[in-house]
Amino acid sequence: MSFDFLQDKDRIFTNVYGFQDAGLKAAQKRGDWDKTKDIIKRGNEAIIEEMKASGLRGRGGAGFPTGLKWSFMPKEAPKDKNGNPRPSFLVINADESEPGSCKDREILRHDPHKLIEGALIAGFAMRARAAYIYIRGEYIQEARVMEAAVAEAYDAGLLGKNAAKSGYDFDVFVHRGAGAYICGEETAMIESLEGKKGQPRLKPPFPAGAGLYGCPTTVNNVESIAVVPTILRRGASWFKSFGRENNHGTKLFQISGHVEKPCVVEEAMSIPFKDMIEKHCGGVTGGWDNLLAVIPGGSSVPLVPAAQIMDAPMDFDGLRDLGSGLGTAAVIVMDKSTDIVRAISRLSYFYKHESCGQCTPCREGTGWMWRVMEKMRDGNAEIEDIDTLYEVTKQVEGHTICALGDAAAWPIQGLIRHFRPEMERRINERKGSDSLPETMEAAE
Amino acid sequence: MADTQNIPDEAEVRAKWGDFKFTPATQKAANREIAKYPAGRQKSAVMALLDLAQRQVGKDTKTQGWLPVPVIEYVAAQLDIPYMRAYEVATFYTMYNLAPVGKYHVQVCGTTPCMLRGSDDVMAACKNKGMVKGKTTPDGLFTLTEVECMGNCATAPMVQINDDNYEDLDYDKTTAVLDALAADKKPKTGTQINGRHTSEPEGGVTSLAAMVEKNHDYRKEW
Repeated sequence: MSFDFLQDKDRIFTNVYGFQDAGLKAAQKRGDWDKTKDIIKRGNEAIIEEMKASGLRGRGGAGFPTGLKWSFMPKEAPKDKNGNPRPSFLVINADESEPGSCKDREILRHDPHKLIEGALIAGFAMRARAAYIYIRGEYIQEARVMEAAVAEAYDAGLLGKNAAKSGYDFDVFVHRGAGAYICGEETAMIESLEGKKGQPRLKPPFPAGAGLYGCPTTVNNVESIAVVPTILRRGASWFKSFGRENNHGTKLFQISGHVEKPCVVEEAMSIPFKDMIEKHCGGVTGGWDNLLAVIPGGSSVPLVPAAQIMDAPMDFDGLRDLGSGLGTAAVIVMDKSTDIVRAISRLSYFYKHESCGQCTPCREGTGWMWRVMEKMRDGNAEIEDIDTLYEVTKQVEGHTICALGDAAAWPIQGLIRHFRPEMERRINERKGSDSLPETMEAAE
Repeated sequence: MADTQNIPDEAEVRAKWGDFKFTPATQKAANREIAKYPAGRQKSAVMALLDLAQRQVGKDTKTQGWLPVPVIEYVAAQLDIPYMRAYEVATFYTMYNLAPVGKYHVQVCGTTPCMLRGSDDVMAACKNKGMVKGKTTPDGLFTLTEVECMGNCATAPMVQINDDNYEDLDYDKTTAVLDALAADKKPKTGTQINGRHTSEPEGGVTSLAAMVEKNHDYRKEW
């Protein structure tokens, strides 16, 4: 192993496992809320420039540079039709529902003050009036911890008027969802915050122009915001010293599935897959020869076969080169005991269940794809059906308002790309390998 | 949507829930939720108020609670929005129960990460207790639902029962949790593996060892 593993002193989320108290006093002892006022004194532009220099790319899946995203927010408040200035909002996406992802949960329940402090700094930098933390409804205990932490911060004068004695007024509110994966999409989240069904909006207008209540809004992932205070304390160059070019920083990886010890762990970006699994997860169940495939970034990205993933660097570009993606760094490991067609079919069911029903290709397509995938599971199909299935995924992909259609299509495309022989084997086996193809008989 | 339940709106439901009102405690909580949003944007609180209403119904019926039509109407009136706007929110999000449920709403995660770690066994344990997917047991104790990813993938498989998660399950551990609940006991929540704390690797941490014993401040080592 040649990789320089991340040292404990360089870990941002030191209480990620919750061995210590999540409350304000304990968090301050760990270094949170330390001279927040001085950070804010640096000014909006200086903070945004430092964030750009750190190379932080959004941790919610798309990997868009965070500092750049903030810079899209208007410097002068736009006026409404009566000539009054409109406020700006920061929305923090804690609707973590991507199968495989479980990192934001650890931040919410074990290190909530990193998020609140980050919200204040980020909100100040983008000139926002308030932040809404949108927590998925199923995180019931996590939302309670978060609510308590926000109340603590208000009581200590860290939020509200003259937040943390910075001279800036800023509020943080916790909004709970009620069970809808689609609300993790930024415009669906804004709709949901407005008290409607979470159905994505067309873009443009982009949220930075017209978002929550028609006001300029930036939506950031929990991890993207929670790392901000530490980056500003330790400097952009510190954060940039981890990971390959264009893929910098530390990252919470979540490893699930067929490893000896599944876990959540903060590591340096670009860590080779094999090193990460060996060091933190005790290896693959049944040894490395038993590895079948890996979904490296949550259910929405295509799977990667064992041979290709072994030495791959776990970062945005490294996994993109393999035809997959880092996504939320939710690594789902599958060994050779996996019924790979069922594993992907179960994801198809997930997308069918979570489609919001707004766009026809997705509403109808996700159900159709799942039904065909279920037939593929026991080979109850024709060989040509694989091609038809692939074609339909291509007709769903890119033809919907949001990326849920793409996310439903990609896992199936990945399966066909890498495991077509297995799908054909099931079909042939069911037919009985010695029987002649039916079409030939019909032609006689 | 074919498997969606019919929403009961018959005379019986109206007779029982027609004069539903928030208790003072619920009203206080509702006011706190409404205050989170700018003036005139009280509609944003509809999700929170529906949740509060469901919890109050749950208290009255000693179940997880559900949303009878008159209760949804009451919430809509509270926020001064048309009934349909509240109703469509209640039907869109999965956590609002549109029909009565049992005392314990057993929500087994069946999505791929849990499936790989044995959610079939968790489901089997539930079925062996007489539960049927989408139905409530005749004694009114358990309602079984298969849900989509709950975000506990590093401690899979898991089940959420009312407000609590039970993680790192297998057949026997699931049975033990269900038995304890049926006996009106409070089983330990979170991971069911002895010695595991939360989502760290089982059998000992591979990072942040200093944090296990005391609240270590790493800043001195920067």
